[in-house]
Amino acid sequence: MNKSLIKALGTAFVGLGLLSAAPMAAAWEPSKPVEFVVPAGTGGGADQMARFIQGVVQKNNLMKQPIIVVNRSGGAGAEGFVDVLHTKNNPHKIIISLSNLFTTPLATGVPFEYDEFTPIAMLALDQFILWVNADSPYKTAKDYVEAIKSSPDGTFKMAGTGSKQEDQIITVKMEKILGKKITYIPFKGGGDVAVQLVGKHVNSTVNNPIEAESHWRAGKLRALCVMDDEPLPYKEKVTTTQSWADVPTCKSAGLDIDYLMLRGILAPPGLKPDEVAFYVDLFKKVRATPEWADFMNKGAYKQQFMTGKEYSDWMKAASAEHFKLMKEAGFITK
Amino acid sequence: MEEINSLMHGFSVALTLPNIGFMLIGIFLGVLIGVLPGLGGANGVAILLPLTFTMPPTSAIIMLSCIYWGALFGGAITSILFNIPGEPWSVATTFDGYPMAQKGRAGQALTAAFTSSFVGALFAVLLITFLSPLVAKFALQFGPAEFFGVYLLTFCAFIGMSKEPPVKTLASMMLGFALAAVGLDTVTGTLRMTFGSTELLNGFDFLTAVIGLFGIGEILLTMEEGLAFKGKSAAIKFSVVLETWKELLHHGKTFVRSTIIGCWMGITPGGATPASFMAYGMARRSAKNKDAFGKGEIEGVIAPETAAHAAGTSALLPMLTLGIPGSPTAAVLLGGLLIWGLQPGPMLFVEQKDFVWGLIASMYLGNLVGLFVVLTTVPWWAAILRIPFTIIGPIIIVICAVGAYTVNNAMIDVVLMLVFGLLGYLFKKLEYPLAPLVLALVLGKSAESSFRQAMLLSDGSVSIFWSNALVTTLVVLALGLLFSPAVAWLRHRGKEAH
Amino acid sequence: MTQSTQAEPTLRRRGPELGVALFLLALGGLVIWDSLRVGIGWADDGPQSGYFPFYIGCLLSASSAFTVVRTLLTWRAHEEEFATHDELASVMLMLFPLVIYIVCVVEIGLYLPSIVLIAFFMRRHGNYGWLRSLAVPLLTMALFYLIFERWFLVPLPKGPVEALLGL
Repeated sequence: MNKSLIKALGTAFVGLGLLSAAPMAAAWEPSKPVEFVVPAGTGGGADQMARFIQGVVQKNNLMKQPIIVVNRSGGAGAEGFVDVLHTKNNPHKIIISLSNLFTTPLATGVPFEYDEFTPIAMLALDQFILWVNADSPYKTAKDYVEAIKSSPDGTFKMAGTGSKQEDQIITVKMEKILGKKITYIPFKGGGDVAVQLVGKHVNSTVNNPIEAESHWRAGKLRALCVMDDEPLPYKEKVTTTQSWADVPTCKSAGLDIDYLMLRGILAPPGLKPDEVAFYVDLFKKVRATPEWADFMNKGAYKQQFMTGKEYSDWMKAASAEHFKLMKEAGFITK
Repeated sequence: MEEINSLMHGFSVALTLPNIGFMLIGIFLGVLIGVLPGLGGANGVAILLPLTFTMPPTSAIIMLSCIYWGALFGGAITSILFNIPGEPWSVATTFDGYPMAQKGRAGQALTAAFTSSFVGALFAVLLITFLSPLVAKFALQFGPAEFFGVYLLTFCAFIGMSKEPPVKTLASMMLGFALAAVGLDTVTGTLRMTFGSTELLNGFDFLTAVIGLFGIGEILLTMEEGLAFKGKSAAIKFSVVLETWKELLHHGKTFVRSTIIGCWMGITPGGATPASFMAYGMARRSAKNKDAFGKGEIEGVIAPETAAHAAGTSALLPMLTLGIPGSPTAAVLLGGLLIWGLQPGPMLFVEQKDFVWGLIASMYLGNLVGLFVVLTTVPWWAAILRIPFTIIGPIIIVICAVGAYTVNNAMIDVVLMLVFGLLGYLFKKLEYPLAPLVLALVLGKSAESSFRQAMLLSDGSVSIFWSNALVTTLVVLALGLLFSPAVAWLRHRGKEAH
Repeated sequence: MTQSTQAEPTLRRRGPELGVALFLLALGGLVIWDSLRVGIGWADDGPQSGYFPFYIGCLLSASSAFTVVRTLLTWRAHEEEFATHDELASVMLMLFPLVIYIVCVVEIGLYLPSIVLIAFFMRRHGNYGWLRSLAVPLLTMALFYLIFERWFLVPLPKGPVEALLGL
């Protein structure tokens, strides 16, 4: 019989009965489980990253207390952000942010601002790729752009996550550039969106790489172009013929869109410096694991790590940019 | 056959002594989670996750998926004993399960529920084993219009037959829809009926409403009988299991019908909740003695439980092949897969054969082990009802309060629970049916957004609902069910006139 | 008016019937009002936010209005009983402690009010001895603490008393 299995079983039994009490140490560390809020639904990009971090932290024993991932997607994520905002000074709660940190207050009028939170760290930036079904006749972004241009308004349907959020902002940008109306259909999460495209219920999506990767690898979807000013750096083959690096930029196809999404960590207002330091250090350790490198590779993330002032400055710029984008698209509520 | 070989290989992977130990742990935790509203699968998985890193991925996922099975089994227990459904798909089980327990047939109700769960899950696993590629293709056919068709079918299967006054049925259902509409409108991103309150951003949570309407409401109703209320004593022996099994043999048709409904709803993925309501509705429609339903008919337990578990099990397939988790617990399993570097999606079956077949084999074993565990505990659960109400009553209230609080870690839900409890009492006394309210609350939002997504796809043309064979079938079936009572009534009248 | 043949004094059904129907009518009105705010039309891309809620509100109001009118029209003839006074008193025996319990939970956390609630029922209505009336709730809540907070890591609301105990 397998010895390691028996051992694991033993640990499991012991672990069920006991839970280690919080140890005392000089530097601050969590004394109870940390709630990791995801202001989005299950299965999407933010959710996948949060659950991945939860696993990596526990697997490598980076923290004595466990992380518990909680989805709070109500009101386009407003529920999660407001919840974290209201638990001032609580160092046992963190939130993973996506673009709805900037778009939700503008679109719904729920009052919260990015600068009310304590910034912890930017983990990466997420890319957007224009996808079509692999059976569709559009081999390149140019084909697709021409097809949209030469058809009546509203012929083409774009599925995306949520309403008045990043996916719809990109769609509106495309409409402006092409001068044609594209019908945007909002779904609950990135996973659903990708499946709708695989099932040919819509013509295209702007899924994040991680959300569509498995369907791409299975030959169900085709990646037309990436919405960044340079192609992705990942050269390893994902499909039989293509790697992420082989996906051209949308700019090169006459679709000048450059949009990246924040994958960063925020904490409730009023965290003390040593508490912030603990989390910054924790995420540095997470980024150093081989699992993280794999995850970045699989999801073709743009790797950027920022903390402190640099991070808050970045958010300030991003907030101003989103205000402009939302205003142009007419998505701002009074 | 290739599948048989793979499955046998899977069994050899899954069937080791430590793995069976992990299954027992998983089932035990799962039952606990299912019994106590307030504990979610997410918590169970979170505490087990660190332990799983020392084991092979297959053992780990076996243990985690057994939490899933355990929770499915456990959900029925509180529904039957206390009228508190811990999960959306246990609501329909309360309709007849609770009256059965009230009549002193708790043991029978529990046995029927557990056995039905097992049967439903078993057939769903068979489906996954032999038809998974086909099933995955079928799931892809479901766009917004088809989803709306499924929801419509659920509503139509369920309504139109209640004994309560139609005006009150309508009011109750509309209240459910109205509560479901509170919060963000996902299609346009507009806030509705929140009146500036941040507490209402996420709308009314199903659990809070159900704990109040059913749990607290029932306690108040029970109190009418006064504190003389004694535990419902019934002879509780293990033989009750065997006796109930004999009785179950007479309900083969209900099993078959509910399994089909469940599997079909699971893979679409419409989910376990619509499946349980639809199966209950269909069972009542086709029963000879329709009036017995809602008063403790064993078929009223068999149908929703079989369907819910067939659906819950077959819903794992879209998760594995498409990466869409069907429930929060399934989402946590999804997270587990990611940590072991297993990306759910169409390639999982090709690239991770060992893992996938090990998991499928563990579905057979986990269910069997689960059934064994819960059946042996039937007498113990039923014995809870012997505890005098002066003790168990306040404890139920505490359990309800904990359940309501933990939904969102918000006190507002505890207060809402009380309001819903009062409403539940008044509704029951004044003959407003609760089932349409709950059904509308659970499915209202999804039904509305799929309808509007379909409208966006078709540029506002309703013709999308008969644009292909699948959606046409769904809509025609739904309308047929809706109008069949009227037709039957007219025919009846016609006969009488002659 | 016919005399009630029952010996027991009862609460007639018409009062609660009217109250609940008026409550639902008001809710329906609220739904309609908010739907009008967000738009109830059919835009070029399908129904607006308030389209469905508007009709839901209308149906809710209409069905409750029907009940209100019917109850009022048959007010005098309405003899059906809602519950006897004894039954109501019995319900109140639960409802009052329940309301107080909920208020306490909101104010000072879950544990202490729960212990008091269970002990109160056992002692007052169950006629159990003091020892049992204290042991059962204490053990129950200790079990809750262990399962929820220690084992499943779900924090339950706590107040000043728990803080004093260092929990």
